[in-house]
Amino acid sequence: MKFEEKIIQKHGLKSEEYKSIQKLLKRDPNLLELGIFSAMWNEHCSYKSSRIHLKKLPTKGKQVIQGPGENAGVIDIGDNDAIVFKIESHNHPSYIEPYQGAATGVGGILRDVFTMGARPIALLNSLHFGSPSHPKTKSLLNGVISGIGGYGNCIGIPTVAGETKFNDTYNENILVNAMAVGHAKKNKIFYSKAKGLNKAVVYVGSKTGRDGIHGASMASAEFDENSEEKKPTVQVGDPFTEKLLLEACLELMKDDSIIAIQDMGAAGLTSSSVEMASKGNLGVELDLDKVPCREENMTPYEMMLSESQERMLIILEDGKKEKARKIFEKWDLDFVVIGKTTNTNNLTLKFNNKIEGEIPIEALSSKAPIYNRKWIKKKLPNTKLETKKLKKIKIEDALVKILSSPNYSNKSWITSQYDQMVMGDTVQRSGSDAAIIRIHKKEKAIAVSVDSSANYCKSHPITGGKQIVCENWRNLISVGAKPLAITNCLNFGNPEIKEIMGEFAECLEGIKEACEFLNFPVVSGNVSFYNGTNKKNIYPTPVIGGVGLINKLSKPIDLKFKKEKSCIIIIGKTFGHLELSSYLRENYSIIDGKPPKVNLVNEKNNGEIVLDLINKDLILSAHDVSSGGVIIALSEMSMQSEIGVKIERPKKLIDINEFFFGEDQGRYILEIDQKNLDKIEKMFNNNNIYYEKIGFTQKKYFEIENQLKIDINDLFKINNQWYNNY
Amino acid sequence: MRSSVIVFPGSNCDRDIAVALEKMQFKNQMVWHKETILPKSDLIVIPGGFSYGDYLRSGAIAGKSLIIEEVIKAANSGCLILGVCNGFQILTETGLLKGTLLRNKNLKFINKDVNIKVMNNHTRFTSKYETDQVLKINIAHNEGNYFTDQKHLEELKNQNLIGFKYCDDKGNINDEANPNGAIENIAGIFNKNKNILGMMPHPERMIDKLISNNDGLNLFSSLLN
Repeated sequence: MKFEEKIIQKHGLKSEEYKSIQKLLKRDPNLLELGIFSAMWNEHCSYKSSRIHLKKLPTKGKQVIQGPGENAGVIDIGDNDAIVFKIESHNHPSYIEPYQGAATGVGGILRDVFTMGARPIALLNSLHFGSPSHPKTKSLLNGVISGIGGYGNCIGIPTVAGETKFNDTYNENILVNAMAVGHAKKNKIFYSKAKGLNKAVVYVGSKTGRDGIHGASMASAEFDENSEEKKPTVQVGDPFTEKLLLEACLELMKDDSIIAIQDMGAAGLTSSSVEMASKGNLGVELDLDKVPCREENMTPYEMMLSESQERMLIILEDGKKEKARKIFEKWDLDFVVIGKTTNTNNLTLKFNNKIEGEIPIEALSSKAPIYNRKWIKKKLPNTKLETKKLKKIKIEDALVKILSSPNYSNKSWITSQYDQMVMGDTVQRSGSDAAIIRIHKKEKAIAVSVDSSANYCKSHPITGGKQIVCENWRNLISVGAKPLAITNCLNFGNPEIKEIMGEFAECLEGIKEACEFLNFPVVSGNVSFYNGTNKKNIYPTPVIGGVGLINKLSKPIDLKFKKEKSCIIIIGKTFGHLELSSYLRENYSIIDGKPPKVNLVNEKNNGEIVLDLINKDLILSAHDVSSGGVIIALSEMSMQSEIGVKIERPKKLIDINEFFFGEDQGRYILEIDQKNLDKIEKMFNNNNIYYEKIGFTQKKYFEIENQLKIDINDLFKINNQWYNNY
Repeated sequence: MRSSVIVFPGSNCDRDIAVALEKMQFKNQMVWHKETILPKSDLIVIPGGFSYGDYLRSGAIAGKSLIIEEVIKAANSGCLILGVCNGFQILTETGLLKGTLLRNKNLKFINKDVNIKVMNNHTRFTSKYETDQVLKINIAHNEGNYFTDQKHLEELKNQNLIGFKYCDDKGNINDEANPNGAIENIAGIFNKNKNILGMMPHPERMIDKLISNNDGLNLFSSLLN
């Protein structure tokens, strides 16, 4: 079949790509085949622009059972327990239809986790919205939050942590990243590699409808003023069916009926069948007449490209069909054998007893295009901040301004819309550095956190990339967890622009350096390019989701002050780096400058000593110092505990605002019982750890000597008004 | 004590409540909704969740399911029945409890720890609590806004059939402490014979100090007596 250029373009394929298809097939594709190439060769499924850079990431370690390349990453937490986790973006659909876009983002990432045999135990999210004053932001915020809650609450998996940020750069391209974490037995992990000839290929779950056709291609293009018209490409989620699918799959996974299993996510039936066959070096033949359809007269093209939710493809062991069918019937789900594995190495599609399409599997997988796109390095900005020239602001006014700003306001308006407690193992909920989830009926727990720093990444991608990994590491340490591994969601603009590709390459370089140094490998992830509208690209926004292990959960540590008259210590040196700080952003609207330096050696040493102190039960509370600086960290510790502080002015010759608002890295605030102080100082000195004693906890007042004294209740009110008034 | 937890498609607090029952040494069984025979039980629990996806109306389809007929029979012959959250909604759909649960007044899902006051401790469900004791219990629902007609409300009050009311941490019952708009801050009610309790807060989430607190434990230990 000859296609007009327009049709090829509509399928998101470049004319050179179309030529490669002709070469691989040694003929022209028909429309069904063209659709399938379009689904498999788009950026979202093929990683064609990112692959060569992703290869550089460290993915191995003693703790890693499965790195990138499967539905999710798997790590070992001892005693035959494994943690399965991944983060994924659903940015484009969420901008077009916020409720369903966000909901199906959650549904998709959950399937990635339970496909591998894990029961999901926690959900997290990272959300980036445009400016609060942008006309769309409010409805997007409302829709996304209810969509995330709607899905997680109904399926009954707690949403325990996340971040929500606002920045003009996302005005017309919000970011919705969802992360799921599951628990499996180490010897019961399920993979997607097909094995054996003539094995039954079984379709289970919901019926196929016309929703989401070309969703993955949509997610691989920039938006323009006609984006609204793409609404039909957004899938519709049904968390109830997913709950049934989850229980049915886990029930079937109790024995060894399953050879391979893959969820039908982006590019639905196409990518699930191709991925399983490709990994097993086999062919697969599907009889499309058998696909359970929700609508009448669906064509093979529609069936293969539909992204209807809550579906799975399973390759079953011989003789297990009836047993498996019974399980799915019990849960009122479709169970249909729609094909078999073959030795042809082709994807063969039959409909009405006719072969409607036949494509070599490798043409869709290993032979898919890979681009080494041009990219350029970014220099560290040559800015020099003249603090002395800034208009003087009282420390109290600056604090109030930050605490009442959208980015720093208390987020309980959001988190109270998520069920955080279902499953009964949430030890620490949202609002802490990291959430803590107990492993069911065990004494151990995992800590989880998601982080991003788009402002730093925009200014200097390498430093930004390093910084996020370190911040994530610190967040896990602060709750007493040993950081084990991360997943990443890489949200970037158009990779065909060399500056953007440079942001990508260099953020990854930063992530790589930090992960390698900290033995904190990347085990799964997702790339989302083309985040932008009408040529305006978003800030580079890699998001890191980390998992850590708490071996014995006797006394979980958090950031709440525990009592009055404890000693407060900062670990790590405060240089007073104000460029790119929230202090300058919120008070002076200064948004350029360079990010704070990241010193990996200090990060590691400081983190390890804090963890050691927590394990020895020597500290009362701990909090990572991140954006906003020391004063914001202290105020959070006070507001959550209703215990005040009295901080002395730093003795060093440093500007007081630089001291309190500087965003230097590698720092923690610790609350220490005075009786342990000597012992702890000795440990610091023996390990060459830089620390400063800055004051004590006290009743009721948040106080900096000779500078400010605020009742904590007032501070709390200031921090709590924005969302409720928005 | 033998207990049965009914599991509907979409139930999601079934495991949590089973953990609580087992912790209190109940001999517990899970009963799938397609069963037609209920095992002998002293207590039947209808757990929280989104039975049948809460399609049509929360609890509506579960209220017409096969197993529920057996539950109604057992209830009428005096068996203890506890419905939590979606379980409470289902009980109102069956008519075992009167009234209904409307959408929260802020039209949003609410998950938080709230204070509730024990209104009557002369029941099989609450005997281990003090009357007027304030408990901190987690809520998680979209439709927890209890409503009933004036006549039934009078009956609830006159016959001491209100189990719990939302209150502040000092036990004051006022609008501010009412998370969802429930009439007269009602968080849970009994039927006339006080063998059925429906409540929106989740006592099974409050059985472990490491996770939350122990305020829910006495509900289960009351039932053991």
